[in-house]
Amino acid sequence: MAKGNVTINVERCKGCAFCVEFCPTKVLALSSAFNSKGYHSPRVVALEKCSGCDLCGMYCPDFAIFGWRIKEAAGQEAPDAG
Amino acid sequence: MQADPRGVLTGIHFIDGDHACCEGALAAGARFAAGYPITPSTEVVERFAARIPTVGGIFIQMEDELAASITIQGAVWGGAKAFTVTSGPGFSLMMEHIGYAAMTETPCVFVNVQRGGPSTGLPTLPAQADMMQARWGSHGDYEIIALSPNSPQECFDLTVRAFNLSEEYRTPVMFMMDECVGHMTEKVVIPPAEQVEVYPRRHTRRAPGAYKPYEPEADLVPEMVHAGEGYRFHITGLTHDEWGYPNMNVATQDRLVRRLQQKIRAAEDRLTMVDEHGLEDAEVVVVSYGITSRVAERAIEMARQRGVKAGRCRLIGVWPFPDRHLKALAARVKAFVVPEINLGQIAREGERAAGGAARTIPVTHAGGGVHRPQDILEAIMEAAR
Amino acid sequence: MSALPEIVNPVEPLLRTERMPHIWCPGCGIGTTVNCFARALLESQRNLDRVAVVSGIGCSGRVAGYVKLDSFHTTHGRAIPFATGLKLANPSLEVVVYSGDGDLFAIGGNHFIHAARRNVDIKVICVNNLIYAMTGGQTGPATPSTAITATAPYGCYEPSFNLCALAEAAGASYVARWTTFHVRQLTKSMGEVLRKRGFCFIEVLSPCPTLYQRRNKMGDGLDTMKFYKEKSRVRNGAPTSEVALTKDGEIAVGKFVDRERPDYIESMRGRLSEQLGDRYVEMECPVCQ
Ligand SMILES: Cc1ncc(C[n+]2csc(CCOP(=O)(O)OP(=O)(O)O)c2C)c(N)n1
Ligand code: SF4
Ligand code: SF4
Ligand code: SF4
Repeated sequence: MAKGNVTINVERCKGCAFCVEFCPTKVLALSSAFNSKGYHSPRVVALEKCSGCDLCGMYCPDFAIFGWRIKEAAGQEAPDAG
Repeated sequence: MQADPRGVLTGIHFIDGDHACCEGALAAGARFAAGYPITPSTEVVERFAARIPTVGGIFIQMEDELAASITIQGAVWGGAKAFTVTSGPGFSLMMEHIGYAAMTETPCVFVNVQRGGPSTGLPTLPAQADMMQARWGSHGDYEIIALSPNSPQECFDLTVRAFNLSEEYRTPVMFMMDECVGHMTEKVVIPPAEQVEVYPRRHTRRAPGAYKPYEPEADLVPEMVHAGEGYRFHITGLTHDEWGYPNMNVATQDRLVRRLQQKIRAAEDRLTMVDEHGLEDAEVVVVSYGITSRVAERAIEMARQRGVKAGRCRLIGVWPFPDRHLKALAARVKAFVVPEINLGQIAREGERAAGGAARTIPVTHAGGGVHRPQDILEAIMEAAR
Repeated sequence: MSALPEIVNPVEPLLRTERMPHIWCPGCGIGTTVNCFARALLESQRNLDRVAVVSGIGCSGRVAGYVKLDSFHTTHGRAIPFATGLKLANPSLEVVVYSGDGDLFAIGGNHFIHAARRNVDIKVICVNNLIYAMTGGQTGPATPSTAITATAPYGCYEPSFNLCALAEAAGASYVARWTTFHVRQLTKSMGEVLRKRGFCFIEVLSPCPTLYQRRNKMGDGLDTMKFYKEKSRVRNGAPTSEVALTKDGEIAVGKFVDRERPDYIESMRGRLSEQLGDRYVEMECPVCQ
């Protein structure tokens, strides 16, 4: 079972593929569909390999994707911004 | 609001205009100054550097005037009252940030002890040739407030007023001294702190979330907040909406630029500051400011002795130009005589305000000294003919 | 759909999301650096009400407009002197300058070296895309020799600055270089400077596919990231004189300088209280409670 998952905000994505390229376990691929701005956003192709490491989230220049660990998420509150 | 007594050097002093200006700033509550040395203005910050550590504040000598003129604005958004001091060449470098202060509505004071120009010009000798630069020097349309003292006492009094106006209207205020007034030593009376009226920062009472940084009050001036207070606000020199966010379209530009102009223009009558004498029967009015007004006084006296009804209209506030006031005056006199140490910068404004109702005769001087009273007298006599 | 609680991007509270999408091009690295910055801030557990970001002008200068902090978009090159005034007036603020290589080192170069000399406690993050991007891709002080730019159509022949060496020579307390490929190291470095007192400098090499890479036939943003990955070598502690960048050569990354020097306020307080004794009055911070 997957340890993590990703959340993708398709409309914010500009299709740079940083997330796809640098996901250590190759969970993602660019989708063939376009978002409303004409970009190909990523989609999950191998969820079971996702560790929730959030590297995709760190690389994304458009704040359009982030990864999270399933165990943490279950009891997680919205992160506090201080 | 009363002045903080720590900054007020109550007593009778014998000091020059530069030193008096510094005391005015301290009395007004300035606790931050940034500057770059330049004759004939440096004494202001030299005194500030000596005084401020015992009052509670900071002086920093920056690497140039570009830096000084924006460092003070950082300090203002950090909560301080702040100013910078310079002369012609430095004033030229500060233009960029006079525009930034106008656009971001940052209250601060720019002191210019004028010397002869253009360029390096006459480092140690007087001029009044930066008056138009004070008005229009930064690019784009904006309105400005400028005051011009003619004595060390006024260097004190009007510096306090300059700070107060900058806070009230949230605008940079130009304090236009000249080398003569800056280096002239006279008696300066500094009143007790409780007699020094200080305009507090227009800080909002609204809570974060309910506050928009550029939502104007009834007088078109928005309220302010400071960094570190939890508002998480944004400030930009780009054309911005009421949230302070860049919004570059014709409508936003129109609303913003017109408001920046109107908040000062609409207050023209309140901002008209003149010192007048002998106008009841005057046919000729000498319109002057700064050191030239003191030379003009002698010329007016001489004219009166020769039977010419001359009077004084000294501009204490030069910008916004007292259009309505001079227009009314022009309707009942023959002529304006405008002596100034430049080639006719304010004379043209007087002519415009008079709108043809009275003649305007400039008495120019290229700088480096003051007029001879005779030169002004001749213009008065010619005006009376 | 799922039983999981709704999870928000952890950086979201630090962004002015109402202004998204941002103006940066697809594959531009500026957003990646902001992502790292936001994470470093969250991890630092600082009171974010006391963190201010000051930017100059340029694509990188737009960062101030996207972070949900007290943020100041100043004039071209003058973020550092503005930040200096802000920090001195309210020393309880953490003041971060975020701007581009042209802004900080051409028009603002004088301010940079003097703030480093004074060791003002501000943290400078320079997004180095090797070019003046916002104005259309002209040569800047960091443009490497032979690179094609809008104003060097036959290739740049001016020598470029080694920004890290310049920062060290001028007196910076902390100097590091990373690229947008090094997201974890960059985030860690940003966290370090948030804990450190004094003038700190982080250079981040960042793709400008639209204006630099395209003109130089170096591909898109992703190609640039791969280029960074391939060419970078971590050289923590390397003498900054040895880390100059070239157009196609090795990219030395790492933390090069981390030293202790009294910062501006410390030096000022020390000297003035020594000279004035009890007569020395510290500036009352007008807004810190
Ligand atoms: C005084 C002034 N001169 C020129 C400009 C035009 N200008 C805007 S951004 C910029 C260059 C920015 O380059 P850099 O700092 O490298 O940022 P980038 O856009 O590459 O992120 C210039 C020259 C300006 N805004 N102000
Ligand atoms: S969280 Fe990590 S493993 Fe999962 S998709 Fe993102 S980068 Fe890949
Ligand atoms: S990194 Fe972000 S913008 Fe780029 S493809 Fe992935 S989700 Fe889209
Ligand atoms: S022009 Fe270059 S630096 Fe500017 S947003 Fe586009 S890719 Fe980024």
